[in-house]
Amino acid sequence: MALIQVDKVLDARGLACPMPIVKTAQLMKTMTAGQTLEVVSTDAGSIKDFAAWSRTTGNLLLESSSDAAVYRFVLQKA
Amino acid sequence: MTLVAESPFVSTLTPPHAPSVAPDPAPAAAPDAPRTKQMVIVNWSGELDRIWPTLILASAAAASGVQCKVFVTFWGLLPFVKDGVRVTGDGWMQKMLSIMQRPGIDHLKLSKMNFLGMGPWMMGTLRKQYQIASPRELLEACQALGVEFIPCQMSMDMFGLKRDDLIEGMADPAGAATAIEIMTEADASLFI
Repeated sequence: MALIQVDKVLDARGLACPMPIVKTAQLMKTMTAGQTLEVVSTDAGSIKDFAAWSRTTGNLLLESSSDAAVYRFVLQKA
Repeated sequence: MTLVAESPFVSTLTPPHAPSVAPDPAPAAAPDAPRTKQMVIVNWSGELDRIWPTLILASAAAASGVQCKVFVTFWGLLPFVKDGVRVTGDGWMQKMLSIMQRPGIDHLKLSKMNFLGMGPWMMGTLRKQYQIASPRELLEACQALGVEFIPCQMSMDMFGLKRDDLIEGMADPAGAATAIEIMTEADASLFI
C-alpha cells in the first residue's frame, strides 16, 4: 500500500450515512487547497459515496481501500 | 397600432423613444468555472419516515457543495417548532391540531406502523444500535452546513404558527411562487 503523507485524519468508524460525508465536508472546510485528509469508515456504502462525493465536489480521491470491513480513503482538497 | 400607442399603460412599459443602445455585455463567467449546483426539497410531511430522508439528503447535498434549500410546508412545519413550544395557534381548532399532532423534532410519528408510538420507539432503538444520526442531529448538521429552510407563509397562517414558534435560523417565510422559482432554477428538486 502506497504511503501517502496525510495532513489530517478523520475517524468515522461506527457512523452511518450521511455522517461520514458530513463530517468530512466540515473538516475539509478548515483545510487549505492541496492538503490531504485520511478518512476511516465502517459504513459499507462509503466506498461508492466517497467516490461520488469527490466527483461532485471536485476534491481528489487519491486512495480508496478496504480491509476487513474497514474502509480507508485519502482525499486531497481541490 | 394607434390604439396601442395612445394607451397610457404602454408608454410606462416601453418608452417610445428609448435609446436602442444595447447594454454592455456582462463580463462572461469563465467557461471553466461551473456554477454551484442547486437542490430543492419540498418538505410537506411532518412524519419521521419523511423528515428523516429529507434531512439526510439535505445534509449530504450541502456536504457535497450543493446549495440546498428546503421549502417547509403544511405538516412539514411541525418538526421545525421550537422545543419549549407545545400548544400553538390562536383559536380552538389551531390549538387542537397542535395537541393532536405534537410539534417538535423529537416528537415525530411514522406514516405507517406507528402503533401508538411503538413504531417510532423501535425505530429509535434500531437507530441507536446502528449509530444512525437522529433527525435532531441531522437538522443541526444541515444548519451548520448552510441548508436554507424556508417556511411556507400560508401554512404558518393556517396553523397559527408565528415566527417565534419556529426554530432559530430559518429563512423568511415565503409562498408558492418562491417555491416554483427555486425549483425551476435548481438542478434537482424533490417533493418528500
